[in-house]
Amino acid sequence: MSILDALAFPFFQRALVAGLAIAVMAGLLGVFVVQRRLSFLGDGLAHAAFGGMGIGAFVIVSSGLVGSRLGLFTQPLWFALPFSMVAALVIAWLRRGTRLSSDTAIGVAFAVSVALGVMFFSLIPPDMNLGVSAMDLLFGSILGVRGGDLWLILGVALGSSLVLLLLWGRLGYATFDDELARADGVRTDRLELLLFLLAAVIIAVSASVVGVILMAAYLVIPAAAARLLARTLAQMTVVSVLMGVVSTLAGLALSFYLDVPSGSTIVLTQAALFVPAALFGRR
Amino acid sequence: MASDRHHRLSAVSAVPALHVHQVTVRFGDATVLEDVSFDLPAGAFLAIVGPNGAGKSTLVKVALGLVVPQRGHAALFGEPAGDHAERVGYVPQLKTFDRTFPATALELVVTGLRRSWPARVRPAEAERARAALERVGAAELATRPLARLSGGELQRAYLARALVRRPELVLLDEPATGVDFLAEHDLYDLLERYQADSGATVAMVTHDLAAARYHADMVLVLNRRLHGYGTPDVVMCEECLQAAFGHKHHGHALSL
Repeated sequence: MSILDALAFPFFQRALVAGLAIAVMAGLLGVFVVQRRLSFLGDGLAHAAFGGMGIGAFVIVSSGLVGSRLGLFTQPLWFALPFSMVAALVIAWLRRGTRLSSDTAIGVAFAVSVALGVMFFSLIPPDMNLGVSAMDLLFGSILGVRGGDLWLILGVALGSSLVLLLLWGRLGYATFDDELARADGVRTDRLELLLFLLAAVIIAVSASVVGVILMAAYLVIPAAAARLLARTLAQMTVVSVLMGVVSTLAGLALSFYLDVPSGSTIVLTQAALFVPAALFGRR
Repeated sequence: MASDRHHRLSAVSAVPALHVHQVTVRFGDATVLEDVSFDLPAGAFLAIVGPNGAGKSTLVKVALGLVVPQRGHAALFGEPAGDHAERVGYVPQLKTFDRTFPATALELVVTGLRRSWPARVRPAEAERARAALERVGAAELATRPLARLSGGELQRAYLARALVRRPELVLLDEPATGVDFLAEHDLYDLLERYQADSGATVAMVTHDLAAARYHADMVLVLNRRLHGYGTPDVVMCEECLQAAFGHKHHGHALSL
C-alpha cells in the first residue's frame, strides 16, 4: 500500500490536517517562546494539561458522565484547558510578581501538575473505558484523532494564528526589548499574559494529540532551527512554520512506510532538519 | 561649546521640557530616589552624574513613565510622563541588548517610526531610516545583523532609532558605556549637531565627569537625593561632587 492509498483513509486525513494545524500554530508561537528563552514553558504547560486531563477524567468518571450524551463534558480536554490557563497565569505571576526566574516558576507548575495528573488517573478504576488513557496523553496518538477533536484543533489553530499574526509586530518589539517597547507605549505586561494564555490553549489542545512529552519539541525545534537560518524575525517566523509543516508531512509519511509511531517520527524528522541548520546555519 | 547655548536657553519656552517634582521611588525596602525636584528648560543639554546605584537610570525611567514614583510626579512638556512617547527619543543602556535576536540595524531604526517590530519595511520607512543612519555616520550598517555590530556601531544604530522620529527630548542612559573614546566623542558631536538643528532638549546619564563639564550646559549631581543642579561651573565643584560621590579627587574632571 502506498502513501496515496493511506490518504484515502479518514483517520489518516484527520491525522494529516491535525498535524499541519498544530505545526502552523506551534511554529508561530515557538518563535516568541524561543526568543524569550521560554523553551521550558512548552514542557511546563504540556504537563499542566496532563494534570488537567487527570482531574477531568476523574470528574467525568466520578460524576457518572461516562458514555452520557452531554458531549463536551465527557472530554477531559475541557478540564485540561482551564487548568492549563490557570497554570499559565500562575507562571506569569511568579515571573513578574516574585524574584523567581522563569525556569523555576515553570518547574513548580510542572511538578505540581504531574503529581495531580498521576494522583487523579490512579483514582480511576482500571476497567473504566474513557476513550483516553494516560499513556495516550503522554506519548500522543495523532492517528487516533477523532472528528470532534479535529474541529477543536482547527478552531484553536485558526483563532490563535490570527491573534499571533495580528499582534506579531508588538510581540516582536516587546520580545526584542521589553523596556524599549514599554517606553513606546506598548503594554508588554498584558501582551505577555496573552502570550502565556495562548500558549496554554495551543499546548493543551495539541498535547492531547501529539503527546505531553513530545509537545515541547513541536514548539521549540522548528523555531530553533529557523533562528539558525534566519536573518530577521519575519524570516524566522516563516521558516519556523515551514519547518513544522515539512516535518509533519515527512514524519507522517515515514511513520507510515517504517510502521513506527507517528508522533516520535515527526519529532525525529524535526531534529533531522535541525542538525544541518545547526551545522551550516548563521553563527 | 556649552556656553554657546546658554544664550539660546534664555529665549526658549517657559514650559520646561522635563519637570520633576518631589519624586521618591522605592524598590521594596530600598529608597532609590528621595524627594528629587528640578525643572529642565527646553533646549538644554543636561548631564546626570552620580556614583553607581545613585538612581540615575531610575530617574530616566521616571521621565519615560516606565517607573511610577511612590511620591511626586514627572511631566514632559507640561504633560504627564509616558503620555507622549512620540516626542521622546530614548537610547537605553547597551548592556540590555539581546544579541540572539534576528534583526538588522535598519529594522531597529524603523521601530523608532512604527513603535512595533516591522515584518516588512515599507519604502518610505526605509528611506527615513537610512537617512537617520546616515546622519549618525552609519549608513553602511543598514543591512548588517545587529549581532555583528560592535559597541560603537550599536550605539549609532540606537541613536539613529531615537532620532528618526525627530524627538523634542532625547533621553540617553549611559550611552557611552562599552564604547571607545572616539566613539564617545562622536556621540557628543552628533547630539550637539542634532540639538543645534532641531532645538531639542537632551538629558544624558553619564559617568564621564569631564565630558559632562565640557558638553553639558546643565549638570544634575545625584546620589539618591539631589546634590546639585545648575550650570557646570557652579555645580561641579569639589564639595558638591564629594557630597554625592563620598570621596575626593575629582580634580581631573574639574581642571578641564
